[in-house]
Amino acid sequence: MEASGVNYFLEFTYLIASILFILGLKGLSHPETARRGMFMAEAGMLAAIIGTLFHHGIITYEWIAAGLIIGTIIGGLMAVWVPMTAMPQRTALSHAFGAFAAALVGIAEFMLHGGLTMPVFTRSALGFEVMLGSLTTTGSLIAASKLQGLIRGTPIQFKGQQYVNALLFASTVGCFLYSVVNPGAPGVFYTMTGLGFLSGVMIVIPIGSADMPVVMSLLNSYAGLAAAATGFVLGNNVLIIAGTLDGFSGFILSILMCKAMNRSISNVLFGGFGAVHHTAGAAATGEMREISLEDAAVRLAYANKVVFVPGYGLATAQAQHAVRDLATALEERGVTVKYGIHPVAGRMPGHMNVLLAEANVPYGDLYEMERINPEFPTTDVAVVVGANDVVNPDARDNSNSPIAGMPILEVDKAKSVIVLKRGQGRGFSGLENPLFYKPVTSMLYGDAKASLSQLAQEVKNV
Amino acid sequence: MQAIQSINPAVLIASMYVFVLAAFLGYQLISRVPPLLHTPLMSATNAISGISLIGSLVIAGMNKVDFHALAGGGAAAKPSIATLLGFIAVVTATTNVVGGFGITDRMLKMFQQRKAAKGGKK
Repeated sequence: MEASGVNYFLEFTYLIASILFILGLKGLSHPETARRGMFMAEAGMLAAIIGTLFHHGIITYEWIAAGLIIGTIIGGLMAVWVPMTAMPQRTALSHAFGAFAAALVGIAEFMLHGGLTMPVFTRSALGFEVMLGSLTTTGSLIAASKLQGLIRGTPIQFKGQQYVNALLFASTVGCFLYSVVNPGAPGVFYTMTGLGFLSGVMIVIPIGSADMPVVMSLLNSYAGLAAAATGFVLGNNVLIIAGTLDGFSGFILSILMCKAMNRSISNVLFGGFGAVHHTAGAAATGEMREISLEDAAVRLAYANKVVFVPGYGLATAQAQHAVRDLATALEERGVTVKYGIHPVAGRMPGHMNVLLAEANVPYGDLYEMERINPEFPTTDVAVVVGANDVVNPDARDNSNSPIAGMPILEVDKAKSVIVLKRGQGRGFSGLENPLFYKPVTSMLYGDAKASLSQLAQEVKNV
Repeated sequence: MQAIQSINPAVLIASMYVFVLAAFLGYQLISRVPPLLHTPLMSATNAISGISLIGSLVIAGMNKVDFHALAGGGAAAKPSIATLLGFIAVVTATTNVVGGFGITDRMLKMFQQRKAAKGGKK
């Protein structure tokens, strides 16, 4: 690491860590190999940390020890106590933590080495790291607060917001460029940091909770790139590799999520979706048919194939175990049960899969959209649990709908549909859903968890 | 870190190679992760990028905190402030590493295949 000679031991541990990280991510290509992969990544992390503790630049260990202990306690508690339903908040929070660490390291580097001695490229990487780090920190904190319900999840907008944001963004980048060109102006650097923190708030505040899967992925990507930039500043390859892997993972997920909503990233970031769409798509008319618990239970019990379609409502009602109980009761009667998972169901990529896995649903029963859609015509009952937009036929049929073109789970092609819904109100995005008025659809009102438990009971009695 | 002053073009170019190759590798690796595991993926990559901890460790250990100088402010306080910033970074990065790997493993443990493969149930 230093000019007088490379610390071979340190570099070796970093090389080992890089290899183990890559093998770890490779393991994630299948549920069977995933845990083993993660053990490898953990071993790599441990090697890199231990190697670093022998770094020649370290002269005092008191703050390091304190930090490691406090971090381990907080992290350990989070790992044990956070419920699966709170996974989106937890992940958003960890993006904030990662980005904050990157920003702080950048600021500290600037204090110690900043100014004229730093080459232009390093200055740029440092500025980039702090800018991205600060922006991601506050952005992720806002996202986490929205997901936790600390601030309201609907888009928070005001007139001229886009101009304010554009100005803010331009000033941040301006400060960044200025401090790269003129290293002797620490004030500008710190202004950039402050503006970065402010930008994070302003960028995420106008985005609605329903768009969180994209936002989470993007913040994931930024946090990773901030870490990679740290690697450039410190001339450290393992940081560049790990940060880039993280950054690209987030980037790929963002693209997948956007495809699943048929929207562009800029549309998500600047669209303020779900705020004022109440006029569009109001064409749905007719009557919603209510179904009684008993009738629903009978229909399910005598079906050959039932497909459950979960949405965010499943998470809010904590109904994953109730779904599983009902499925078990049905399976005992010989009914084939499958689960159709939309890529953006829930608040983060893969949210529904984790919840259902928690309730011991075998992952072989979880079907992606492309695989389950051809099965709906042969499905006797499709049960929609707390999902709305991802089953809205308007996305397919009505080109004027705000969600037109979004690929949906085509539950309306099933022989019958039971929608579990809290009340007659609109879904999260405020869109009217014609599915509810279709002749094949019956509505079962009430809390999803209670309804499902009662259904399971009824099915056993049929 | 001393490396900063002595960074030379060859190191920089090597870093760019590492970055670009890691990007390609990342694309290949991540594309193979099934949507089923996207939540664990996000939490795993998050834990892995907690490797920025190694940068924080060096910063937090490079200078002793001199509370006198800290109170005095000015340039003399900078090393102490840097150490404290490093300390906070160590806390948040460690939280990510421990929490991230812990929670990823907890999630992955839940993904089970149907137990008695062809027995009874279906």
